[in-house]
Amino acid sequence: MDEKEANKFELEWGGEIKPFYGPEDISGIDYQTDIGNPGEYPFVRGNHPQMYRSRPILQRVYSGFLSGEDTSARLNFLIEQGLRALSLALDLPTQLGLDSDDPKAEDEVGRIGVAIDTLQDMEDVFRGIDLSKVSTNITINALAPILLSMYVATAEKQGASREQINCIVQNDILKEYVVRGAWIFPPAPALRMTVDVIEYCARELPKCNPVSVSAGHMRSSGANAAQEIAWGFEIALAYIQTALDRGLDIEQVAPFITFTIHNKLNFLKEAAKYRAARRIWARIMRDRFGAKSQRSQILRVFGGGGMEDLTMQEPLNNIVRQALVVLGVVLGGAQALGISCYDEAYTIPSPEAQLISLRTGQIITEEANLAEVADPLGGSYYVEWLTSETEKAIIQIMDEIEASGGMVKAIDEGRIQRACAKEAYLRQRRIDSGEQVWVGANKYVSKEQEWDVKLHKYDPQIRKRQVEKLNRLRKERDNARVEKCLKELKQAAESGINIMPSTMEAVKAYATVGEMTKVLREVFSEFKEPAIV
Amino acid sequence: MSQVRTIRVLVGKPGLDGHDVGAKIVSMALKDAGMEVVYSGLHRTVDEIVEIALQEDVDVIGLSILSGAHLPIAQKLIKKLKDKGISDIPVVIGGVIPKKDIPLLKSYGVAEVCAFGTPLTEIVECIPKVARHLTN
Repeated sequence: MDEKEANKFELEWGGEIKPFYGPEDISGIDYQTDIGNPGEYPFVRGNHPQMYRSRPILQRVYSGFLSGEDTSARLNFLIEQGLRALSLALDLPTQLGLDSDDPKAEDEVGRIGVAIDTLQDMEDVFRGIDLSKVSTNITINALAPILLSMYVATAEKQGASREQINCIVQNDILKEYVVRGAWIFPPAPALRMTVDVIEYCARELPKCNPVSVSAGHMRSSGANAAQEIAWGFEIALAYIQTALDRGLDIEQVAPFITFTIHNKLNFLKEAAKYRAARRIWARIMRDRFGAKSQRSQILRVFGGGGMEDLTMQEPLNNIVRQALVVLGVVLGGAQALGISCYDEAYTIPSPEAQLISLRTGQIITEEANLAEVADPLGGSYYVEWLTSETEKAIIQIMDEIEASGGMVKAIDEGRIQRACAKEAYLRQRRIDSGEQVWVGANKYVSKEQEWDVKLHKYDPQIRKRQVEKLNRLRKERDNARVEKCLKELKQAAESGINIMPSTMEAVKAYATVGEMTKVLREVFSEFKEPAIV
Repeated sequence: MSQVRTIRVLVGKPGLDGHDVGAKIVSMALKDAGMEVVYSGLHRTVDEIVEIALQEDVDVIGLSILSGAHLPIAQKLIKKLKDKGISDIPVVIGGVIPKKDIPLLKSYGVAEVCAFGTPLTEIVECIPKVARHLTN
């Protein structure tokens, strides 16, 4: 082996990886205080004593396209195939508060997610799906109050009680300024809206999770594993502190915070990352915030991702890649699982690709039974050493952010954006140089130029359909009631009280996403991006 | 004799998609290669992109599109450039672009397509080849 090859054996943030590990590498670790049994502080080995035996991992398949009816048919198909939890993809106009008839929405209605203009569309999405039983994750950030209200209103119309409604809204606005870019308002009012949702859930919706801090989106956009967790935790702490400043108790807030974490393919390193993250989080919650209950100390994770590692070349190889992602999530002890599909380097997934992604999870957990024992990697010299090394790297990054004024300031100044972009640039250069192997894409590249992939098809008629539906609704609804509700929403936004109750009323009156966002935009104004490049 | 000027590239994010890591790393690579980069920022309309191209007098427009809306956006942009009399500014498109769409994009008048997975070195080499002022 030449020297160049040997250089590859290091951690993402630097530091050598040895050829093997032994007892001396974990001599400083005490089982009782640093690891503990599953279900025991600091929860390195998992949140619950029985782990997946008592709470099977919940797989979600990110779905949504065209209209509510189109999406509903797909969700019902996946449920028939054994899907037990949902993950709803919204189109970009919905995410950015534009109705389907807005000129800016022209090319994007129903394209990468379902078009939601009003409560009527949400009702159509969940037709035939019992919202008193199913759990749904909705990827909505800037407008989480509106989409959560729509989900709750739909569930209540179906007859579900508030105690039964189980919805996770991503509602992680701070990461939108770093990556993903689905922001509307400046950070201060956006943070307030995020905490409005946290407060509302803490008081009214016991089974809903108001935030899924999307550390993973930063990972997929360049961050290394330590930055992913450190930045995600610092964002979560900003939300928690804002909620505490509002008079909520840590025991009311902490159990409602969840995380989205993304994996690369080396499932040993990824599993160690989840273990390290649980240890750090439990200690922060207990020691810094005085959280006493286990519910407040444990880290709840929706694990998966991996879309940035998919190749357009030989796309079936992506099925193998996603299986490796699943292994990291399951061996890492996450609560929920969401992987991408093999055709997503091309476009949003076809039903065939979604089915394979669902089957991948089912095969690994139910057929291979890899979920039968909690934390099977625990005690491995290598994995325990990796867990400690990852922990150290995460804590160092967190300390640096806290010493320089916290995460909101770091994002305001564009520091996290720049660090993330720099890592992504370095990754791309490693791929271009061949230092980082990407099979079929930069190594073992076949001469075959076309791959026969049956791709999802967009329907260009969707906008016309959606606008007709919207116009019909605008005629049929009680417009005086809509006006009154929008006025009340504006007053709530101006006065600083929680906007959730007035958003809920406006939603129930069939106000459109665009109408509600316009009111909020008038009060909160729009975000102006700092220059990053 | 006039000096050969530095190539100015507008890296644009048209439409509502906010995934800008590709736009950022391409910008960094072009800068490292000695080019000047004007980054549009997110959520830009086609009209805004053309306006920036005019004001900044760029030699190439590079668009990063991951939303699947590359065909209608490219068509509109090329038309707008013609309307404004600056159709000599070549357009290069990157992002999530299925192979079957590349001939279509070129038929609209797109100079080059650097889809997801294209090495940065190829993108950096492609820009001077298509840039206006330097060709002809």
